[in-house]
Amino acid sequence: MTLLLEGGYFLSILSFLGGLKYLSKPKKAKLGNTLAASGMILALGLTVVSSIMGTLPYTNLIIILGALLGGTLLGKYMSKKVEMTAMPQLVSLFNATGGACAFLLGIVESNQEAVFEKWQILVLLLGVITGAIAASGSVVAYRKLAGKTKDKRSNWVNVFSKALLLFLCVFTVAAVFNWLDISLMMYTIIMVSAALMYGVLFVLPIGGADMPVVISLLNAVTGIATAFSGVLYHNKVMIAGGIIVGAAGILLTVLMCRAMNRSLLKVLTGSFHKSKVVVGEEKVQEITETSVSETALQLSMANKIAIIPGYGLAVAQAQHLCQQLEKLLSDKGGVVHYIIHPVAGRMPGHMNVLLAEASVEYDALKEMDEVNDEMSSYDIALIIGANDVVNPAAENNPDSPIYGMPIIKAYNCAASVILKRSMNRGYAGVQNELFDEDGCKLLFGDAKDSLQQIVNQLKLI
Amino acid sequence: MSALLEQLDSLYFIVFCIFIGIEIITNVPAILHTPLMSGANAISGVITVGAILMLHKVEANDYVNLIIGGIAVFLGALNISGGFFVTNRMLAMFNSKSK
Repeated sequence: MTLLLEGGYFLSILSFLGGLKYLSKPKKAKLGNTLAASGMILALGLTVVSSIMGTLPYTNLIIILGALLGGTLLGKYMSKKVEMTAMPQLVSLFNATGGACAFLLGIVESNQEAVFEKWQILVLLLGVITGAIAASGSVVAYRKLAGKTKDKRSNWVNVFSKALLLFLCVFTVAAVFNWLDISLMMYTIIMVSAALMYGVLFVLPIGGADMPVVISLLNAVTGIATAFSGVLYHNKVMIAGGIIVGAAGILLTVLMCRAMNRSLLKVLTGSFHKSKVVVGEEKVQEITETSVSETALQLSMANKIAIIPGYGLAVAQAQHLCQQLEKLLSDKGGVVHYIIHPVAGRMPGHMNVLLAEASVEYDALKEMDEVNDEMSSYDIALIIGANDVVNPAAENNPDSPIYGMPIIKAYNCAASVILKRSMNRGYAGVQNELFDEDGCKLLFGDAKDSLQQIVNQLKLI
Repeated sequence: MSALLEQLDSLYFIVFCIFIGIEIITNVPAILHTPLMSGANAISGVITVGAILMLHKVEANDYVNLIIGGIAVFLGALNISGGFFVTNRMLAMFNSKSK
């Protein structure tokens, strides 16, 4: 039985590896997901079977099976129900459940009669701390993405979270050597409470647009928590799964930061070096406002149209209208391309998912790098709810906070129309120099309403 | 000290896993970041195995620990199934269009 169990775990580890490998290749991603899921079913199945074969009391067995079934069904239901726009939140929420599982596990473990060696106590506590931070941090990230919690950048958050971190370190040492002479469970519960608080304070100051990076990081933290538990249980599949997710998660976090031209450190401290922008030197921009009918006319006359979607499109949930517009325009003989910035949407790749859901043809989606050199061949760029990703300041203004970020060269198009809710700035809080360009017009209003009106007008033309 | 030496093979194993984990997702295109994150999230739900193993040790009449352990298994299973199903849903949207 042990041989079977270990062999099965080995197969699971292999399928996790293969799954992740395939998940990073566009053509095989779906296979990768199935592979990883099969590995997981194998690992769980073998563990359950070995419990049935063993001398497990029926009460325990029923609880295990019931909880497994309940969790699986609820997970399936939630993932079916969720709107595609709300999906990043859901990923964060699921990450929170994994972290919660890790620290609950630690609490029960610490309550057992067993005598622990010092290193075991250390591993247990580290697992509990990482699990609790991932859990509460992910919940805050979820609430931020859902727009339920605002950023908090006051000083006390900063000071308090540093103090908590210090407390966690000192208290871990205290627990390992039992300085306070209390039970391990008491230590564990105090640690969990402190770590939960730390998780909240850790995420609170970080800006909403940086949440994907944070979720990816917390995902890695959950992986590390899993690995700690794995060490405690001498369970290879847990160690492997946890560490691989941890390492891959941290790398993914770094990759995301790079795509957004942000340093991880700056994301974590919630700073966007705003100080560099001196208020006095801002010039008054000469913007040209346009109307729905003018935009519709411009679009109907254009042969090659670039649609540049951004965060605002996702917020307004206008992706379906966007697809209608594209259909109308291509029926009139125009060529329509969606040009997608690597970080458009709420997560890298999120915009692709949203547009794919609105049945936009895969061929119409262009990655930024693919078309950036031939932007001048487009007659008009329709920029929907995107701001910083088309701001030429990133290329020609070294003082700008977004200087160096790769942008879509919309300024090379003959004309551009920007659908915007108001003159509010983008996330980076800088003026968009694109507005000053000749041929650039702004259409104010909710992206969804504006698109609807444009579609209506186009139907008449 | 001997207990620590016993852990040495775990340590080797961990170091290898770190390198494999980093190696395996280099060169991932930005479009797959979100599904990959979600899939990795589901894999970290393997913590559920630990939760099940832990429930092995709990006495059948120790209701407090049984309930906490049960919640842990439930949350772990939720993480796994939710993670994989959401990833699948995201990827299904790419695949139907790419043909």
